[in-house]
Amino acid sequence: MSESMRNYEVTFIVDPVLSGDEIKATAQTYVDLLKNENCNIVHVDEMGLKQLAYPINKRQSGVYYCIELEAADGTFMDSFELSLRRDERIMRFLTVALDKYGVKYNDDKRKGLIGKKRPERPAERAEEKPVERRTERPEPPRPPKPTPEPVPVVPAPVATAPVKEEEE
Amino acid sequence: MATNRDDIKFLSNPNIGQQRKKYCRFRKFGIKHIDYKDADFLLQFINEQGKILPRRITGNSLKYQRKVATAIKRARHLALLPYVSDLLK
Repeated sequence: MSESMRNYEVTFIVDPVLSGDEIKATAQTYVDLLKNENCNIVHVDEMGLKQLAYPINKRQSGVYYCIELEAADGTFMDSFELSLRRDERIMRFLTVALDKYGVKYNDDKRKGLIGKKRPERPAERAEEKPVERRTERPEPPRPPKPTPEPVPVVPAPVATAPVKEEEE
Repeated sequence: MATNRDDIKFLSNPNIGQQRKKYCRFRKFGIKHIDYKDADFLLQFINEQGKILPRRITGNSLKYQRKVATAIKRARHLALLPYVSDLLK
C-alpha cells in the first residue's frame, strides 16, 4: 500500500424489491464505474440482506454492499456520489476515507483475525482451551477403533438380518 | 495514609463500597480502528433508547470516545443502529 494512494470505503444499501440479478448488476455498475476512474478495487464485500433498524423509503430491509478501494486522488468522488444519489435503486450510501488503521483492520478482517477477538478476549480464551482438550482426548482412542470396526461391521448385518426374520 | 493504620477499627469493611477502576478498553487491548459496520460491538456503547453512553460510564479515553461516537453516527445513517428506539436491549 503506497502512501500516496488514498483509501476509501463505500457502503450502500440496494433496494431489496429488485430481483437477485438486478441487485448484483447494480453493485457491479458501481464497481465498473470506479474501475473506469482508475481506482484499484481492494475488496467488494457482499454483506447480504439485512433488517434495517428503521424504515427507509417504506422498506424494512435492504441489501448491503461494501466496496473498499484505493485511488490516486479524490477527484472522482463528487461525480461518483452524484451518480449514487441519482440512482433510485440505492436507498442509502456512505463513503468514508480510511486511515492506515482502517486499512489494516479491513485486511485483518478478511484474514479472519477480527470478529471473535474484539469484544470478549478472556471469554474466547476460556472457550478455546476446552475445545483443544476435546480434540486431544478423542485422538488417542481413534487408532484402535478402525481395526476392530470393519471386522464386526461386515458380519453384523448378516447375523442380525436372519435373527429379525426368525423373530417375526 | 489513615487507611493503613492498625489502630483504627472499622465496623464494616471499608473496601466493600469501592468500585473497580474504569479503563479504556481500546487502550488496554490496542484496538486502533472502530468499524461502523460492526453493530453488535457498537451496541455496548449505547443505552436502551439508542443514545450514546457518556465517557463517565464507559470509561473510554477521549480519543476513542470520539471515534466510537463517529462510528455510531455512521451506523445510524446506514440503518445498522436506530436513531431512536425503545427497549433496544
